[in-house]
Amino acid sequence: MNILVLVKQVPDSEALVQVKGEGSGVEVEDRYTLNFFDSLAVEEALQIKEQTGAGTVTVLSLGGQKAIEALRTAIAMGAAEAVLLEDPAFENGDEYATAKALAAAAKGMEWDMILCGKEAFDDSSGIVGPLLAEFLGIPLVTTVVKLDFISEEQAVVVEREIEGGKEVIKAPLPVLLSAQKGLNEPRVASVMGVMKAMQTEIKKLDLAAVGLSQSEVGKAGSKEEILRYHRPPERPPVTMIQGEATEVVRQVVALLKDEAKIL
Amino acid sequence: MAGDVWVFAEYQAGKIRKTSLEVLSKGRELAEQLGSGLGVLLLGSGVDGLAQELTAYADTVYYGDNPLLEKYNNDVYYQIIAALAEKEKPHILLAGATFLARDLFPRLAGRLKTGIAVDCLSLEMGDDGSLIARRPLFGGKVLADVVCREGRPQIALVRPNTFSLPDVQSPAQGKVLPLDVTVDTSQVKLEVLDVTRMAKERLDLTEAEIIVTGGRGMKGAENFQLLDDLADVLGATVGATRGVVDNGWRTHDDQVGKSGKTVSPKLYFAVGLSGAIHHVMGMNTSKVVVAINKDPQAPIFQYADYGVLGDLFEIVPLLTETLKKEI
Ligand SMILES: Cc1cc2nc3c(=O)[nH]c(=O)nc-3n(C[C@H](O)[C@H](O)[C@H](O)COP(=O)(O)OP(=O)(O)OC[C@H]3O[C@@H](n4cnc5c(N)ncnc54)[C@H](O)[C@@H]3O)c2cc1C
Ligand SMILES: Nc1ncnc2c1ncn2[C@@H]1O[C@H](COP(=O)(O)O)[C@@H](O)[C@H]1O
Repeated sequence: MNILVLVKQVPDSEALVQVKGEGSGVEVEDRYTLNFFDSLAVEEALQIKEQTGAGTVTVLSLGGQKAIEALRTAIAMGAAEAVLLEDPAFENGDEYATAKALAAAAKGMEWDMILCGKEAFDDSSGIVGPLLAEFLGIPLVTTVVKLDFISEEQAVVVEREIEGGKEVIKAPLPVLLSAQKGLNEPRVASVMGVMKAMQTEIKKLDLAAVGLSQSEVGKAGSKEEILRYHRPPERPPVTMIQGEATEVVRQVVALLKDEAKIL
Repeated sequence: MAGDVWVFAEYQAGKIRKTSLEVLSKGRELAEQLGSGLGVLLLGSGVDGLAQELTAYADTVYYGDNPLLEKYNNDVYYQIIAALAEKEKPHILLAGATFLARDLFPRLAGRLKTGIAVDCLSLEMGDDGSLIARRPLFGGKVLADVVCREGRPQIALVRPNTFSLPDVQSPAQGKVLPLDVTVDTSQVKLEVLDVTRMAKERLDLTEAEIIVTGGRGMKGAENFQLLDDLADVLGATVGATRGVVDNGWRTHDDQVGKSGKTVSPKLYFAVGLSGAIHHVMGMNTSKVVVAINKDPQAPIFQYADYGVLGDLFEIVPLLTETLKKEI
């Protein structure tokens, strides 16, 4: 079984992100990491590969220098091959344009299953995976928390999270699945793995290699345009309440009733 | 009708979901600004009564009632909505940002060659008739106004608890349009084997108006009884931090935060939790936050309106008692 895993390098949750100018852009502190949900996808691919004993785990990312780091992290964990989609034409694209380029690249590769993260931390949207499935014409299941591969049937049975419960879904290969927390505990790369990652060649594909035109990717191929950025509304400074417990509780209840008018 | 605003409605346990009603109320407002009609989509099995109920909120209720639609299946729902949208050409398509919608609508956007904005916190009509959606980026550290100028319909999924509930039109004026449910079964690859929902009396965290969340300061699973009691008095839902879930005191379903649920209640109690950024990302659009913590340096106080400095084991039971008397 050959598995393709989508990975993205994103700012760390703790990275400082600030709106610059009059909301024309954002400034992100240089603290990047492999997207958390993508690390679950890589881990799951490795586990399936270990279980079936055959096939290859290939990781794919669209981006620049940062994307190479995501690919290297995945190789260090155990992925065998890495492909980078890199071209100035791909820059500043939205999820739609990104998925278009990823789909074009995926069409030229061999895989039975595609795994991706539930969402990327930076845009937190979770739409690249489903769009990719649509562009490739394969079924999809998002927010997967359990995955069983049934090799006799060349199918998977997965559990997906829903509000207050679970859905159990069977899907034939090829299929695209997005990983949700709970799926597994991603491994930490070994020293050997990290060394291998430094040596593994990363295959690069540009616009011409995937056979798309300028107008289909990057900003030109995007559907959504960002008009401006805002800081989230600030909460007024906290009112601290302390002292004897009964008095504290009386005050809180009074504030919730009279000031916040919420009870 | 062409140019209309559409809302996709979900239901659970025989009732239209609260988040769908919230989106309907926003949909009505946008339709009025556009001078268009408001349509609502309902798919399911045995949903006649719900379709009638929706006539109180929308001008047209498109509804598919068929055993095929009983359980949500992406391959099935997607085909029906895609065909209907291609025929009727709505201008805007809205839904709550639920697990179902986030599974269904991004793929639909691909099929309809249009844009989609997810987890929106506000929606406005732009001068050129485009929808301006405000959505969080970087876990809510930044908000962005996005617009989709070309593709139609413009699709936006709204964070539950963002808009208020609609006024009921009285008398109900909408008309019901049953859909001819035709599905190309050769395109249905997924098979839904089972759907389980935990029998919970309370609203899901994502829809709850009041949430009482406990952190590792609760010290053990058994002490969550204190929060369950408080929640009972308030009609609230109990949440947990990842620390709690990792300890096995509560299930992942209860987790609030980056790798759990994003919630936006009117009132959020943060009890015995430190306020790690991963947690805060899941709750920082809550309207009023009360933090109870014994450490004055706990970061959660920076995200709270009211900070109670004290021992939760002393405060929480007293709070429950007092509220019992007062409300
Ligand atoms: C990739 C990633 C994703 C994550 N996703 C999430 C997520 O979705 N949700 C989430 O919650 N976390 C998440 N985390 C974990 C997060 O970073 C924190 O570790 C976690 O939130 C801490 O949980 P806590 O606040 O319950 O525990 P602690 O940080 O240990 O805090 C316990 C608090 O209880 C207080 N306390 C103790 N006893 C009492 C008492 N008797 N009375 C009053 N106060 C008391 C203490 O002062 C302390 O502030 C994630 C981490 C990573 C790396
Ligand atoms: N530039 C990219 N390169 C590779 N994979 C991506 C890229 N952007 C998004 N993805 C994948 O799609 C998932 C959802 O991303 P998003 O729709 O941006 O939230 C991520 O978790 C990744 O697995």
